[in-house]
Amino acid sequence: MPFLSINTHRTFFEPGQTILEICDALSIRIPTLCHLKGTSASGVCGVCLVAEKERGMIRACDAAAREGMDIRTDGFDVRAARKKAIEALVATGNHNCGVSGGMTSGFTDFQMDAGRMESSFDLCPVWGDCRLQDLVYEYQAQAGGFDTAWKKEVPDVGNPMIVRDFSRCIGCGRCVKACNEIQVNRAIDMDKSWGRDVATTVKGSSLTDSDCVFCGECIQACPVGALVDKKAKNLWRPWEVEKVRTTCPYCGVGCQQELHVKDGKIVKVAGVEDAAPNKGRLCVKGRFGYDFIYSDERIKMPVIRENGEFREVSWEQALDYTADRLKQIIKASGPDAVAGVSCARSINEDSYQMQKLFRAVFKTNNIDHCART
Amino acid sequence: MTNSFGEFGQAKMFFVIGSNMTEAHPVAATFVKNAVEKGASLIVADPRRHKLAAFADIHLGLAVGSDIALLNGLMHVLIKEELYDKSFVENHTEDFQKLRTLVEKYPPERAGAISGIEPELIVETARRLARVKPVMICYTLGITEHTCGRNNVVSVANLQMLLGNMGVACGGVNPLRGQNNVQGACDMGALPNVYPGYQAVTDPKAREKFQAFWGVDSLPQEIGLMIPEMMEGLEEKKVRAFYIFGENLANTEPDIAKVEKELAAAEFLICQDIFFNETTRFADVVFPAAAWSENDGTFTNSERRVSRVRTASLPPGEARPNWWIFREIARRFGQEWEFASAREIWDNEISVLAPNLGGIKYGRIEGDGLQWPCPSTDHPGTGFLHNGGAFARGKGQFLPVDWTPPAEVPDADYPFVLSTGRRLYHYHTRTQTGRCEGLNDLLSEETADISPRDAARMSIADGEYIRVSSRRGKVTVRARVTEEVPEGLVWMAFHFRENNANWLANPAFDPVTLTAEYKACAVNIEKQVCECQGN
Repeated sequence: MPFLSINTHRTFFEPGQTILEICDALSIRIPTLCHLKGTSASGVCGVCLVAEKERGMIRACDAAAREGMDIRTDGFDVRAARKKAIEALVATGNHNCGVSGGMTSGFTDFQMDAGRMESSFDLCPVWGDCRLQDLVYEYQAQAGGFDTAWKKEVPDVGNPMIVRDFSRCIGCGRCVKACNEIQVNRAIDMDKSWGRDVATTVKGSSLTDSDCVFCGECIQACPVGALVDKKAKNLWRPWEVEKVRTTCPYCGVGCQQELHVKDGKIVKVAGVEDAAPNKGRLCVKGRFGYDFIYSDERIKMPVIRENGEFREVSWEQALDYTADRLKQIIKASGPDAVAGVSCARSINEDSYQMQKLFRAVFKTNNIDHCART
Repeated sequence: MTNSFGEFGQAKMFFVIGSNMTEAHPVAATFVKNAVEKGASLIVADPRRHKLAAFADIHLGLAVGSDIALLNGLMHVLIKEELYDKSFVENHTEDFQKLRTLVEKYPPERAGAISGIEPELIVETARRLARVKPVMICYTLGITEHTCGRNNVVSVANLQMLLGNMGVACGGVNPLRGQNNVQGACDMGALPNVYPGYQAVTDPKAREKFQAFWGVDSLPQEIGLMIPEMMEGLEEKKVRAFYIFGENLANTEPDIAKVEKELAAAEFLICQDIFFNETTRFADVVFPAAAWSENDGTFTNSERRVSRVRTASLPPGEARPNWWIFREIARRFGQEWEFASAREIWDNEISVLAPNLGGIKYGRIEGDGLQWPCPSTDHPGTGFLHNGGAFARGKGQFLPVDWTPPAEVPDADYPFVLSTGRRLYHYHTRTQTGRCEGLNDLLSEETADISPRDAARMSIADGEYIRVSSRRGKVTVRARVTEEVPEGLVWMAFHFRENNANWLANPAFDPVTLTAEYKACAVNIEKQVCECQGN
């Protein structure tokens, strides 16, 4: 097996592995804004730089490992090179999130204009939950001094689920990878007609006219505030939420969800990265179909029908009444005069209890559910 | 599923039959598409040219309900051209001669005449299936929701055994379960014939075991009723009390007019749910239940993986966990059940009683869940079943079956076939998705999907209201003219009450499983003269 050196450690690798993959396996963190795990490398953000003894600065994401390479993943030169790449990205868009630093030039006119545009005047909706902002902080990057010649555009809010604010897009292409290589819906692609790369719809001008199926994988992939979950926008800050892992309540795939819970309420749902079986992926229902539980129409009290109308009663009354009626019927007609249907949406423990109630208590096997449909 | 979702990405070939995966199991479909992008082959058999068909090497647009004819035709070719896995058949199966004799009656010409597929394409498909090993077969309700549903399932298994694709990774017979916990509800014994862990209620040993564990002096010996029998029992007064937990039968069962008559006949109807719905209208008592994310528990997905469900919010008002409600009723019958949380119930009862679940404890499934069979706490779980061709019964048995047509086929009065199912943006009767912000905006009403040729012939424009009628009912609904649907087919879902496909669907059932034929009935469509909605 061939080997190379990473931070002076001799490391074996599989032919075809990239430096980023090798480092990832060794838990050596290389910052990247454009690489999306499980997809092809694009190398566009230029942040994942590492020093190679003979070749100088190289991108870890698309540099194939070679026998005898001598890689260094940190050091003044590496940090300076990464900082420069980060600053270039900050200057391309509306990233005036209080990180400009003490540059004399301050924010660019473009950044100030973008901030004045309708709906993007607000503080960035992902402030505090932004990979770019994290790297700006870590590398103390400063904005300003770059050309910003691309078209200005107001955020696209013309669909029920996804806010697209191209003024905050860094052109990293992760959403396009998510759409084309992960979910394979082929709804968006990189579009150069904007003066630089941004992800736009392949068909039609809005997502609703395109092949988009609103799985929201692009939101999960976006490292900045360009793609935001409309239902979750401005409702939470990262330090306010508890992340609760659970299983999706819809189809039989059983996707693992990361509920973002604030004050006892789900404010956002994401896929659990690397979890079985969905590997971080969700569909439209898994990502956006959670708020039914907060509907005002939920049944809040037991009810009993009296003279044709429902009357709210206490649990004691409802349970006593039900048990009495069941006892009468079983006494008069035998246990098989009772039948029940369990719920294929509810938890295992509920179905177990229900069949136990029917068998051990009522003494009938008349228990079924929609098993075959 | 005999196999796992994690194998999809590495699979070499898929045969997807009766499964509109991109809408009904979207995330599973992404793994199929990933594999295809990496070079895997894909054959899709479905009357509709749905989205996954665009990724397929071959789309077999078979006639609704002709699956067995197609599958027998494929097996005919495999045997005639000696392309089947002789070693697997010899070592791991029995009754091959019976299969050979039966499929001999299905040469490609006959299979093609029934299914509407070109005989040459059947031959080509069979050869391709034999060329790659293993092949994964995935199916969904397009296979089961027929009067021949059980036989459809058996045919799929016959094909996979003939190809020797059982007991290996990236092969197998893989029904994608429709609901998040339909696998679990089966595993838990919410079935009239088995206790938790598929132990037969007719087996005296199993009865004794559960009797002792539950501390009761007797358990019923007779197999109970299945849902359609329960419903019919209501009208006959054989069933006097009916307890419906988390099901909206008034919208989900075929022939809504009949179903509502049956529900209205119930002497005592208990509903336990999170919302008032079309079914609770008939209830005498309604219990408010805690919903998903309002109590801890487990779901079991299609690949037999038991995963945790966790509490995020408190239930509203007086709503309570369902297991608590059942426990309280038991108490009123003089039985005090010891355990008072889902975790206690699982760890101390379910996993103790069901041998296949014996090794699954809450402490082991904090992260990824475990797949049963998992008989002991040091067992890693089972990704694929029948390893190396070792079937539970010893040898895999070929059960040859003949094709039978749907119970109701088109005629002069009702010249179209209606097939039904789910759409992406909603789930079942919309009790949940209809109350999620944004999903109604993505799909706000039902449509009847018809082919461009039928639309042109009848001068029906896309979006125009049409009337769809069957022998059981009629609905007014917008036409959606789409190339997905072949001529002669109308396709609808059951998400919206007023034009729910179940007003029209045929309550004809598979004789063994009592699954209704949601996928095939005869309807007529008419252009509406005025654009007013309503029946």
